[in-house]
Amino acid sequence: MSLAYLDHAATSPMRPGAVAAMLPFLTERYANPEGSHRFARDARRAVDEARDQVADVLGVAPGEVVFTGGGTEGDNTAIAGAGLGRGTVVVTPAAEHHAVLDAVQRTEGRVVPVTATGHVDLDALADALAPRPSGELVRLVSVMAVNNEVGTMTDLAAVSALVRRLAPQAVLHTDAVQAACWIDLRALTPLVDLLSLSAHKFGGPKGAGVLTVRSGTPLRALLAGGGQERERRSGTHNVGGIVATATALAEADAARPVECARVAQLKDRLLDGLTALGGVTETVPRPAAVPGIAHVCFDGVESEALLYLLDEADVCASAASACASGAMEPSHVLAAMGVPAARAAGALRLSFGHTSAEGDVDRTLDAIADAVSRLRRPVGVSR
Amino acid sequence: MKVLLAMSGGVDSSVAGALLQRDGHHVVGVTLKLWGGDSDTGCCSVSDVDDARRVAQQLDIDHLVFNFGDDFRTHVVDPYVADHAAGVTPNPCVECNRHVKFDRLYRRAEQLGFDAVATGHHARVGRTSAGRYTLERGADAAKDQSYVVHMLSQTDLARTLFPVGSIDKAEVRRVAAELGLRTAAKPDSQDVCFITSTGGRETFLGDRIGFRPGRVLDTDGAEVGSVPAVELVTIGQRRGIGLPGGGPKRYVVDVDVPAATVVVGTDADLLDTTLDVGALTWTDTPLADGAAVRVQCSAHGATRPAVLRGHVVEWDTPERRVAPGQSVVFYDPTDTRVLGGATALR
Repeated sequence: MSLAYLDHAATSPMRPGAVAAMLPFLTERYANPEGSHRFARDARRAVDEARDQVADVLGVAPGEVVFTGGGTEGDNTAIAGAGLGRGTVVVTPAAEHHAVLDAVQRTEGRVVPVTATGHVDLDALADALAPRPSGELVRLVSVMAVNNEVGTMTDLAAVSALVRRLAPQAVLHTDAVQAACWIDLRALTPLVDLLSLSAHKFGGPKGAGVLTVRSGTPLRALLAGGGQERERRSGTHNVGGIVATATALAEADAARPVECARVAQLKDRLLDGLTALGGVTETVPRPAAVPGIAHVCFDGVESEALLYLLDEADVCASAASACASGAMEPSHVLAAMGVPAARAAGALRLSFGHTSAEGDVDRTLDAIADAVSRLRRPVGVSR
Repeated sequence: MKVLLAMSGGVDSSVAGALLQRDGHHVVGVTLKLWGGDSDTGCCSVSDVDDARRVAQQLDIDHLVFNFGDDFRTHVVDPYVADHAAGVTPNPCVECNRHVKFDRLYRRAEQLGFDAVATGHHARVGRTSAGRYTLERGADAAKDQSYVVHMLSQTDLARTLFPVGSIDKAEVRRVAAELGLRTAAKPDSQDVCFITSTGGRETFLGDRIGFRPGRVLDTDGAEVGSVPAVELVTIGQRRGIGLPGGGPKRYVVDVDVPAATVVVGTDADLLDTTLDVGALTWTDTPLADGAAVRVQCSAHGATRPAVLRGHVVEWDTPERRVAPGQSVVFYDPTDTRVLGGATALR
C-alpha cells in the first residue's frame, strides 16, 4: 500500500514540472554560469530567467532576488548579515524556527513572547523596539510569516507598521518558508526588507532557496568566496536547483487560489474527524492558521508512540522537531504558546500539499482512531 | 515474535539484533535518548545513536529513537545527586534499568504491540520445569551483568530476551566482525553514561550541590585530617582522604554527611557481621526467612555466603561494610541464579 503522506511541512514531493526543468542541468547543460564560453552563457541565461520568474512571483526586482542553499541559509544570512552598523540588537518572537531563534541567540538578541495562538505579542514587541537608556538600537527584527509547527499566520502588516514607527532604523526580515503555498508573497514583500524561502516546501528541490533583499539593505555574505549573487552569496550557482526552484514557485503561485480552497476542505474534514474521537484539542483556531497545517494535541497519548503506530499503518506525520540524535524534543513553540507540557506531550502535526487527497485524510483518520484507542488503554506491566 | 531491541550503539546490542533475526524474530531497534547534557561515550551521545542506526540499517531492521529524558532525570539523575548530598552512594545503572529500560520501555513496547523486549545484557532468562522464569548469570563470567538487571520480576522475565547472554564476549565480537558491523571493535562502555571522563563525578556533583568540607576522625573520635567534600567520600575508600602515608592502611569506615565527618579505621574496623537492606525485589516468590544465599554487593564483585533474615543479611563470616545505596543482589548457593535484590542501608 502506498503511504498517506501528511508531512508536507517537513517536505513536499517535487512537482513533476520542476523535476523536468532541472534534469537538463544535471546532464547535458552542466556548465558553470560564471564561465566565458557559450556553454556557460546558456547556464547563465537559465539562472537569469529563473531570477526573473521568481522576482515576478515575489513582486520584487530581479536584482533583489538572491538564490541560497535553503531556508536556514536565508534566515542566517539575514540575521547575521543584514543591517550592519545600524544598531546592535536583534529581536524575534519565541515561536520562530530554530534557524531564526538560534541565529538570533548567537547575536545575544532579544526574544519576545507569543500569545496563546502563536502570534507575536505586539505589546511586548513594541517594548522590545523602544530605545534603551543604554542607547542600544534595534538593528533587525525577524518575525515568521507562518509558524512551521502550528500554522499560525502572522499579521505582517501590523508588525511592519509597528517596526517602522518605533524602530525606523531596523531591518525587518520574515521567514516565509511555510507561506509560499498558501499566501500571495507579493502581499508580503512590500512589508519587509528581507524574506526567506525554501524550495522543497513548495515542490522544488532540497538544498535550494531564495532570500529577497530590498534594494539598499546592507548585507554581508555569510561565506567569503567568488562573489556570486552580487556579493551576497558566494559559491557556484546550483543551476538545476535554481531553475527547479523558479518553476516550482511559479506553479505553486498559479495553483494557490484553487489549492487554498481545496486543502482547507481537506483540513476541515480531518479536524472534524479527529474532534469526533474525543480528547482532542485543536492547538490554534482554524482561521488563524494556513490551510496546509493542522496541529492537534491528544489527551492521554504520547507523540512518539502515536507516530510509531501511524508509521506502521503507512501514515507519515510528525510532532515537534527532532534533535541531532533523532529523538523528539519537547516543542519550544507549544511551550512559548503556554500549552501545558502534559498536553504538548500528545502533539501531532498533519500537513498538506499539492499531492494531498481525500483518501489520505480518510486513511489517516482511520489509523489515528485505531492508534489513539490503543494508546489510551491502560498497560498491564506493573512492578 | 515481534521484539523491541534496546540498542545502545555498542557491540552487544548490535549482535543481539543479528541473533534475534537469525532466530526468525521480527526485530525493531530503539535507542533511548536519556541525557541531554555532556557525555563521553554515554548511551545517548549522537555518535552512539549513529552507530545503532547504522547497525540497524546493516541488519535491515527499523530503528527508532525514544526520548525518555524526563524519566531518566526524575528516576536516575535527580536521585543520584540527592543521594550523594545525603551521603548515599547509588548505582545509577541499576536505577536506569529499574525505571527506564525495564519499566518505561516495557510499557511503551506493550502499547506498540511488541511481544518482548531484548537488550544486549550478558545475563540469561531460564525456565524451570514448573514453568517459572529464572534469571541466570551470563555465559561469560567476566562480562556477567545479572547484577544490574536483578530487579526483573516474573512478569518482566516472561517478556525479556538477552540474546548475547548465552555466548561469551569473544564470540560476540566474532559475530559482529563476521557480519561487518561497524561496532565490532568498539570498546565496552565502562562508566556512568552522564558523567564525563574529563569532569568526573566531582564536576558533575559540584555543579549541582554545594560540597561541604568534612573532618576526618579516627575510631576514637580524634581529628586526624580533613576532606574538601564529604559528599564524595565512600565507605571502604583508602585514597584521597588527606592522610599521611606510612603506618597501617586506613580505610573510610563511616561517612556522616549531616555531621560532615568521615571516620577512618583499620581493615578490621570495616568488618560487619550483618548488613541491613531495604527495597527488596524478587525474581520469583520471596525467599524463606533464614535462606542461605550468596550475596554480591558491586557490579563485578565476588559473592559471599550469608543467611537472609527479613531485612538483614547475616554474613557467615564478617564482611567489609557496604556503602549505603549500593545494590545488594542475592544469588542461589551455587552462585548462578539471581533470587532477588535490595539496597544497602546505613
